Amino acid sequence: MNRLVLTNIFRFIALVLIQVLIMNKVNFYGFLNPYIYILFILLLPFETPGWLLLLLSFATGLTVDIFSGTLGLHAASSVFAGFMRPLIISFVGEKPEYDITTQPKLQQMGLKWFMAYALLMIFAHHLFLNLLDVFSFDEFWQTLLRVIVSTLFTFLFIMLFEYIFAPRKEKR
Amino acid sequence: MRNILVFIIRYHFLLLFVLLEIFAITLLVNSTYYQSSAILKAGSRVTGRFYTSISNATDYLKLRTTNEQLAQENAMLRQMKGVSFLKNDTSSFWVNDTLYKQQYQYIVSKVVLNTVGKRNNYIMLDKGSRSGIKKDMAVITSNGIVGTVVNVSENFSWVMSLLNKHTRISGRIIKNNQMGTVVWNGVDHMYGTLTDIPAHVKIAKGDTIVSSGYSYIFPAGILMGTISDFRVEQGDHFYIIPFKFSVDFNALQYVYVVKNLMKDEQETLEKSTEGIQNE
Repeated sequence: MNRLVLTNIFRFIALVLIQVLIMNKVNFYGFLNPYIYILFILLLPFETPGWLLLLLSFATGLTVDIFSGTLGLHAASSVFAGFMRPLIISFVGEKPEYDITTQPKLQQMGLKWFMAYALLMIFAHHLFLNLLDVFSFDEFWQTLLRVIVSTLFTFLFIMLFEYIFAPRKEKR
Repeated sequence: MRNILVFIIRYHFLLLFVLLEIFAITLLVNSTYYQSSAILKAGSRVTGRFYTSISNATDYLKLRTTNEQLAQENAMLRQMKGVSFLKNDTSSFWVNDTLYKQQYQYIVSKVVLNTVGKRNNYIMLDKGSRSGIKKDMAVITSNGIVGTVVNVSENFSWVMSLLNKHTRISGRIIKNNQMGTVVWNGVDHMYGTLTDIPAHVKIAKGDTIVSSGYSYIFPAGILMGTISDFRVEQGDHFYIIPFKFSVDFNALQYVYVVKNLMKDEQETLEKSTEGIQNE
């Protein structure tokens, strides 16, 4: 249990650093804005209580906000993603047997499950974030294109992340 | 009361979500509010130090642009230096006269092509007639003389570097004001040769050679190099003085093209004088 907390703290720090140092500088024609810190919310254990999930999401978003100078934007989107998480998990379905330490990871849940779960989560987060940022439905299609492109990019990074960091630990 | 508690416990997930959402969006919408600025301020105490150390590292990536800017600024400052101005005669008084009149202008330019290994070496610069560069302008760096512009196109110019058979530049030894001619023998790109210094003059290793200023092209007193050796061939009355170039021709990056604003006037005067004498 302790190790799980430590892993998550480490993951939090690493993801926020990558986000503010590298991903925030990625800006391809103003369309590509990957937000990979969402992976932290994705990988919290299944048994995380709801209130903790929301509070952790909020903290993640606020941290990124403070570093990016967009107070509230990422916090709101992260809380939304945290709120959607249980719904998406039950929607993706096939809840396997898990103990308290099981995390929604690629190695434990299988490729198909994880891809569906990750895509839905990222899309929910990016859609909320971009709509909140634009704050109007005037250029909805343009916003949607931005959301889709960024979602795919974030998804790519997250899959890479999973493949790079996970396997060794699980096989031990 | 009990019912409210039960309600809260039952729907705590949704309620907390709504609460946090409201808080976050309030922060976002009212980002001018004191609270949010206080949060950002407290945060910036940490993030400021963080970003400073990051930018200390990433500044290296921007060195190219920074260098370019500094070179521009140097050209501007050089333009204002006293050497760039021709001193007017102060014994007569003119109402709309100024003490100094600008004679040299400097155009910063980048070397895009350069050789040092051939007998006749040329340099290409990334600016041409569009930037005001013309044939027969001097090319220098902060270390010394590089060469002379021999040809210009719209956006590029072709410079004959000192490392060339046809180079003949009037040089002067600072210590004793002796004038000679700088040539290059084609062997080593680090060394040039000063000739035409009479054998009776006393010179020493390490003496500095600068441009004489006796030309329409180069301003006076621009560094060329330091004497590394000297000898007199048998039966000759002049020294052969190898000297080390102050400019490293193999590492040229940014140069200044020198524009002599009074060149036309000087040349016209010379021609008309010749005309008078030929009569």
